[in-house]
Amino acid sequence: MSRSAQVGISTAIAALCAVLLMAILSKSTVVRAALSEPSVQSKGNVAGFASPLEVLLSPDGGRLYVLCQESDSVKVLNTRSFAVIKSIAVGHLPRGFSFSHTGDRLYVTNSWDDSLSVIDTHTLAVVANWPVGAEPSSVVADNSGKRLYVANRISNDIAVLNAETGDEEARLLAGRGSSYLTANPDGSRIYATHVYPNPPARRSGLDNRMPPESEITVIDAAKAKVIERIPLHRIAGVFHIAFSSDGRLGVAAQLHPKNLVPLAHVEHGWAFEDTLTLFGADIGTPIEVPLDEMERYASRPFGVAIAPDKSRIYISHGGSEIVTVVDVAKLMHFIHAHAGPFVQDLSASANFVIARIPVGRNPYGVALTRDGRRLFVANRLDDTVSVIDTRLNREVSKIKLDSPAKVSPLRHGEQTFYTSKYSFQGQFGCANCHIDSTFDGVQWDLEPDGFGRDIVDNRLLEDIRDTEPYKWNGGNPDIPTECGPRTEKYFWRSQTYDNLTLADLSLYIRSIPQRPNRWRLAHRQFTDSQDRGRVIFSRTTDKFGTAIPEQNRCPYCHSGAKGTNQKSFDVGTRKATDNGALLDTPQLTNIALTAPYLHDGSARTLEEIWTVYNAADKHGRTNDLSKDELNDLIEYLRTR
Amino acid sequence: MKRLVISALLMAVATCAFGTPTAMPRYHFENFTTANGLPHNHVFTLLVDKERVWAGTENGLAVYENHAWKTYGTADGLAHRAVLSLALDKRTGVVWAGTMGGLSRVSAGRIDSFTQLNSGLSNDVVYGVSVEGENVWVATAAGGCRFNTRTGQWTLYNERNTPMAEIWTYGVSATAGKVYYAVWGSGVLEYDQKTGRWDKYDDPDGENEIVLFKDQGLIHEIVTSVSYVDGILWAATYFGDSRYDGRTWHNFLTKDSGLPSNFTNFIKGVDANRAWFCTDRGLAYFDGVNWAVYRNSPLDGKPEMTERGPDGKVTYVDVTSAPAHNYVLGIDFQGNDIWVATAKGLSHGIHQP
Repeated sequence: MSRSAQVGISTAIAALCAVLLMAILSKSTVVRAALSEPSVQSKGNVAGFASPLEVLLSPDGGRLYVLCQESDSVKVLNTRSFAVIKSIAVGHLPRGFSFSHTGDRLYVTNSWDDSLSVIDTHTLAVVANWPVGAEPSSVVADNSGKRLYVANRISNDIAVLNAETGDEEARLLAGRGSSYLTANPDGSRIYATHVYPNPPARRSGLDNRMPPESEITVIDAAKAKVIERIPLHRIAGVFHIAFSSDGRLGVAAQLHPKNLVPLAHVEHGWAFEDTLTLFGADIGTPIEVPLDEMERYASRPFGVAIAPDKSRIYISHGGSEIVTVVDVAKLMHFIHAHAGPFVQDLSASANFVIARIPVGRNPYGVALTRDGRRLFVANRLDDTVSVIDTRLNREVSKIKLDSPAKVSPLRHGEQTFYTSKYSFQGQFGCANCHIDSTFDGVQWDLEPDGFGRDIVDNRLLEDIRDTEPYKWNGGNPDIPTECGPRTEKYFWRSQTYDNLTLADLSLYIRSIPQRPNRWRLAHRQFTDSQDRGRVIFSRTTDKFGTAIPEQNRCPYCHSGAKGTNQKSFDVGTRKATDNGALLDTPQLTNIALTAPYLHDGSARTLEEIWTVYNAADKHGRTNDLSKDELNDLIEYLRTR
Repeated sequence: MKRLVISALLMAVATCAFGTPTAMPRYHFENFTTANGLPHNHVFTLLVDKERVWAGTENGLAVYENHAWKTYGTADGLAHRAVLSLALDKRTGVVWAGTMGGLSRVSAGRIDSFTQLNSGLSNDVVYGVSVEGENVWVATAAGGCRFNTRTGQWTLYNERNTPMAEIWTYGVSATAGKVYYAVWGSGVLEYDQKTGRWDKYDDPDGENEIVLFKDQGLIHEIVTSVSYVDGILWAATYFGDSRYDGRTWHNFLTKDSGLPSNFTNFIKGVDANRAWFCTDRGLAYFDGVNWAVYRNSPLDGKPEMTERGPDGKVTYVDVTSAPAHNYVLGIDFQGNDIWVATAKGLSHGIHQP
């Protein structure tokens, strides 16, 4: 080779190195993932968006698996080039995934078609599709290779499956809205969390004013039995758990609603606390620590990872759109040096939070490389994966997945729904109370009605289009009013949406579909009990042959496909703290899922609506019914 | 030699038919009362789950583990402090407790309670409970119920959809094939899981306190407990007990068996031939041929064990301990050991070699 050629090559290499160095040193580089095959057509709510929800690194670190919710797919990326190796179609609205103990298989839970996709990680092909429980949300394999555990959000349990055949061996009782599973490092225990609070164990004089209670369910993996329930007091909404590599430190990300005080105290940080529960041998008695700080909230912690050397904890925040970095040594020093509880102390996190790293919109799942140097974060609502350099504590790359060139109004509305940036100090957003666009199972004191007045149960958002007016008192004629001026004044207490943003948010809320009803048979068929219940629902005379006044028949108020005539009535459930007796007729959409019931959540179950709160037969004529007949009526209502 | 063989065979046959009782199990009883940790001496029921022993008492649900008692009460979420029945879901480890105020589900310290107000349960007085697959079968003072733990659906069984003349169900024994209800005043109800049909077994003598023909059918209408094992139904009444193999009945009365009393609170079959009888006058065991009774002597209150062979001959066995009280309400097994619920304490019968 001539000298000039050598110089030329050297120059080219130097130039290339310079470009690479610039790329590395630049604050953030967007890397467009090169698709090796056509993108998967979306079957989800928002057409064309990948919506990465979770990320997982292969055991050898060479591949990044990205669970893409709206495109019903798992994308497999090369961790060096970020090129998409393959996009694998799975079931509808996948929510969780994990490897088998050998790494040969990847299991994916498909939350809307109640199935589990089994992917061969060598061929990247789906090799089996097993039916599982209602709304499977997470899966984890045991270390023996014998069993899989699947968290079912709707049936509030954890299915134990034969890992080879998918046959179900047992259902273990979990928390309400069972959703996220994690095995400890040696695989001896499975830890489960849940997104809705457990029903109160007993009534109190406060009736509907019980603080929410949640749990971490601990399963002995060898015995496939629940052996412990770690109580999480005043917690509603628990998401991912992570363990240190030595298994001595466990961390759960969670929401701490302050629903027993009026929302007037938003200015004082009294709406939500965003916290971690620490547990394990390093901790002893589990302890809750705040992630928020004065005037800067870390809204909706979701994903958690702990550095291999146990030096750092990384937490994604779906509302604040950041990743919080906690120094574990400082955290330990703080909790051992101070008497708890710390959760009300907004100055506490300054002692152990060392960085807040901005990422994409609605960050959810996180995955840390084995050397702990890179953290991948799935940004669900801008279809990217952030790559964080953990030495620099900043995003160095952003992997772009399938996404239309232009953000649609619907997508913009969804982004608005999930961000917390509009509320005072970024404390909370719509999705705080409407977890995954549903509800939270919590009762709130909304001060527009007066402090301590008009306690209201949170209502489901599914399929609420054309069920106006809104609010339990029917005070808001449409969604823009509900979500615009009212929300601005009473919730966010801050600058709120411009007209276009409000229009997009309303569009999104109106488009939230109904989850598949798990009690309804195919082809509008009914079980015998449901059919008997349907007849009771529609009856015009009571069992004594007396005509039931039209306004006291079930279908009068609960009319139409959604079960509401959109009018207000006094059904005899007014409490001493209620300002009025007239209540908006709630729709019946997926009513089986939305306990507690009545406007203030005082009926813990559907049965209590009529066994406890309908003494005067004002909420329909029901006191002539036998217990069998009431059970039938409830079986029918569950199909709505 | 030929004569010797014949003699030996004859002796063997005679021993089988009329011989001396085979060694009946012997126990050393260690008794628990409020003095050593029980929340109440009145123990309605008990359940053994490997090393853990659950006791349903008049004042809470107690669990004995690692040589210590822990009690759950209404403050912990228990439906009522009086616990009448217990059942274990072996697949999940969940314990179901029937109480005087509803049905409670106990799982790793968490208790959820189902009542006639907050659920589809037909009545809050839950006398019996049994787990079969994903179903929990319940016997209440207002009929039977089946709770599907997967779907949350309650199905009620009463006079409207079964041949149940009375709805006071006292006990239930559920398997994948058949489910039996003990109905207080209405015999035994049988549910065939395959066909979904109900059948009913009554005392052929009706409500008369007589037995015209021996082994004609169920011994009495007031049935207190049922146990279905190995295809055999064991049924207890306040007027004797019955065994039914699907074709023929065999009844047990004090006059023609080793039962210490006809008043039987609870019955538990070990297999097709062996069963335990919890009576108001002691605990009895039947091994298919011979009987043993464990109790405190009605004469002097001293511990007593008797054995009765097929020839009716009763022999006394030297013992130094007996169940806590003769009014026996329940029994369960822990390996070769037994645990016994009585009206005045709980007993651990430690098997003696």
